[in-house]
Amino acid sequence: MTEPGSGAQTLFDLKEMELNFGPQHPSTHGVLRLKLKVDGERIVDCYPIIGYLHRGTEKLFELHPYFQNVPHTDRMDYVAAATNNLAYVAAVERLFGLTVPPRARYIRTLLCELQRISSHLLWLATHAIDIGAMTPFFYTFREREIILDLFEEYCGARLTLNCMRPGGQPFDLTVGWEERCREFIDDFPSKIDEYEGLLTENRIWKKRTVGVGVLDPDVAVDYGVTGPLLRGSGVNWDLRKATPYEAYGEVEFDVPLGKNGDTYDRYIIRMEEMRQSSRIITQCLDKLPEGKIMAHRPRVMKGPKVGEAYAAIEAPKGVLGFYIVSDGKPGPYRCRVRPPSFMNLQVLPEMTRNHLLSDLVAIIGTTDIVLGEIDR
Amino acid sequence: MMESVLELLGPELYYGALTPALKIAVLLFVGILPVITYLVLAERKILGYIQVRLGPNRVGPWGLLQPIADVMKLLVKEDVIPNRAIRWAFILAPCLVVGPAFVIFAVIPVGPPAAEPGGLDLFITDVNVGLLFIVAMATIAVYGLIIGGWSSNSKFSLLGGLRSAAQMISYEVPQGFALVAALLLAGSMSMVGIVEAQKAAGVWFVFPQFLGFFIYFVAGVAESNRNPFDLPEAESELVAGYHTEYSGMRFALFFLGEYANMIVISAVAVTLYFGGWYRPFPNVEALSFLDFPFLPAGLVAVFWFAVKVFAFLFVYIWFRGTFPRYRFDQLMDLGWKWMIPLALLNIFLTALFKLVL
Repeated sequence: MTEPGSGAQTLFDLKEMELNFGPQHPSTHGVLRLKLKVDGERIVDCYPIIGYLHRGTEKLFELHPYFQNVPHTDRMDYVAAATNNLAYVAAVERLFGLTVPPRARYIRTLLCELQRISSHLLWLATHAIDIGAMTPFFYTFREREIILDLFEEYCGARLTLNCMRPGGQPFDLTVGWEERCREFIDDFPSKIDEYEGLLTENRIWKKRTVGVGVLDPDVAVDYGVTGPLLRGSGVNWDLRKATPYEAYGEVEFDVPLGKNGDTYDRYIIRMEEMRQSSRIITQCLDKLPEGKIMAHRPRVMKGPKVGEAYAAIEAPKGVLGFYIVSDGKPGPYRCRVRPPSFMNLQVLPEMTRNHLLSDLVAIIGTTDIVLGEIDR
Repeated sequence: MMESVLELLGPELYYGALTPALKIAVLLFVGILPVITYLVLAERKILGYIQVRLGPNRVGPWGLLQPIADVMKLLVKEDVIPNRAIRWAFILAPCLVVGPAFVIFAVIPVGPPAAEPGGLDLFITDVNVGLLFIVAMATIAVYGLIIGGWSSNSKFSLLGGLRSAAQMISYEVPQGFALVAALLLAGSMSMVGIVEAQKAAGVWFVFPQFLGFFIYFVAGVAESNRNPFDLPEAESELVAGYHTEYSGMRFALFFLGEYANMIVISAVAVTLYFGGWYRPFPNVEALSFLDFPFLPAGLVAVFWFAVKVFAFLFVYIWFRGTFPRYRFDQLMDLGWKWMIPLALLNIFLTALFKLVL
């Protein structure tokens, strides 16, 4: 790699300019920093620099007992806490050999799908505002607010939910929660139509997204990309279908797939995923079994057997996995997280090469990264 | 009282200096500046209602004092000039944006010329090359953006300045062509003459010149850097584009320039294509109640002019609530591949039409 500044005296002598994009840039979604090499507005090279939000979460896991670690997971992908909770408790349950009662499994599915909708709504809001469409932001936040209210009613928190425990659910659904959830979910598809009315067939929107940031399926697989980013390239890989967990094996839903692997396809996929999530939620509400919400646990938990466990789920942004190693003590010996955003960010240089600066913000938007999860 | 002043100063000074000065003062301090400040509030309110929220409503009743609070804040804010900026250019740039936008108002008629000699013309001056003057002045404003972007010595500003240069090249041309067709139809370059020609023809020029109007307005939106063509200041891409490094009152001047430009574009569109200060269908007697005969004629003229201008400003705000932003190369595409050929075709058709009739 040649240094672009070598031999150049002023800005005029440079063919390529180095541009620091972030970490305080309005559309880097948190504290992502991109070192860009630009030729005019064309991006020659893009080098993501991470670590500005590093809080040592993986180390923190080692310092607490298994059952007290759930709140740490809230703060990783802070716009999708429920799915983080689920991935962690699933790994711990696997380690301890706990079986979750059916009602708890359904409640978890409900919460995760609501979380998926709220995460996708936030993605749509920021993605649209990056491309310059301001109004969808407020529309999506209107609906997201209702979802957060539902979370608040269930567990008292709106973002950092801490709403799952190894072995089951800490609380049952409150009185009237099901009705309010159903009311929201029955209405929600019409709201998606409203967003789509603003964007899907909009000429400018299409011009800004079709053919932008094309991700080849082979490249996507090579980089370990998951989630809507991978499905946008036409690879059918959704853990909810591939290895059904919780109640996903008992409900019907489709996995939307893209063809071209461009930003527009990924947009369409996420919109469709929100529709499918509403379908899942409706079915869960219909089928919600009665019964216990917590597996039998001894009053005082001892450490598990020496060993290891890995559990992965389909988080809104892709495959989220927790790998826990136990040395028999009450807390994990090592807890390693496989965050979807980290893998998805890796492919950003591939996607942005030879695009314009304006496309870069569209592509950052479409990768839907959360830095809390990347840096941990 | 005016007579005694006339005697005191003599007609030359009275008509040549005092009246224009008074008119400029009234136009600036009663017309443009309050309209701009409240246009900002109106924009925030209308955007608010488009986006299912309320907009500013804390300062004063319905937020009516919000613009005043904003201006106060900008006035007392620290004015930072970056250390390595090119100082004179940095200071000059905002003036280059605001100045021309205000100067253009000199040739825009908000009402008819005086009925009898010695009366009050409702414009500052009627130049016989008014249209040319407007095009020339509007071009200068772009230099403000380019110089502002370049002198800031910041990479994001530079990119914003470059974008505005590209935008200028792509949009001045079709805009000029669109205006050519309109003045072919009117047979005059004087703004007053164009309005009178529309009355004589009995039809707003927007009907025979629909294509021309469309091109003019789209190019106008691009020229005033508004959605969906707000690339030079695209906040999600270039932080704040050419005015990234500006703060306090200097930033406010850019802001003022943008809104003044919006009003200019709207006012020119109204004058050229929507019959200026005349009520709709000025030759239809049955609608003469729209002239509000019980009010002074000058006031009614200004009223109709203002109504039409505000309709355009609303469209501007509406755009902002609806559209995403174009990309830099797509904008050039649109300008060169679509609007310039269409504008040329429009000139050709208009000329043919004039020839045949």
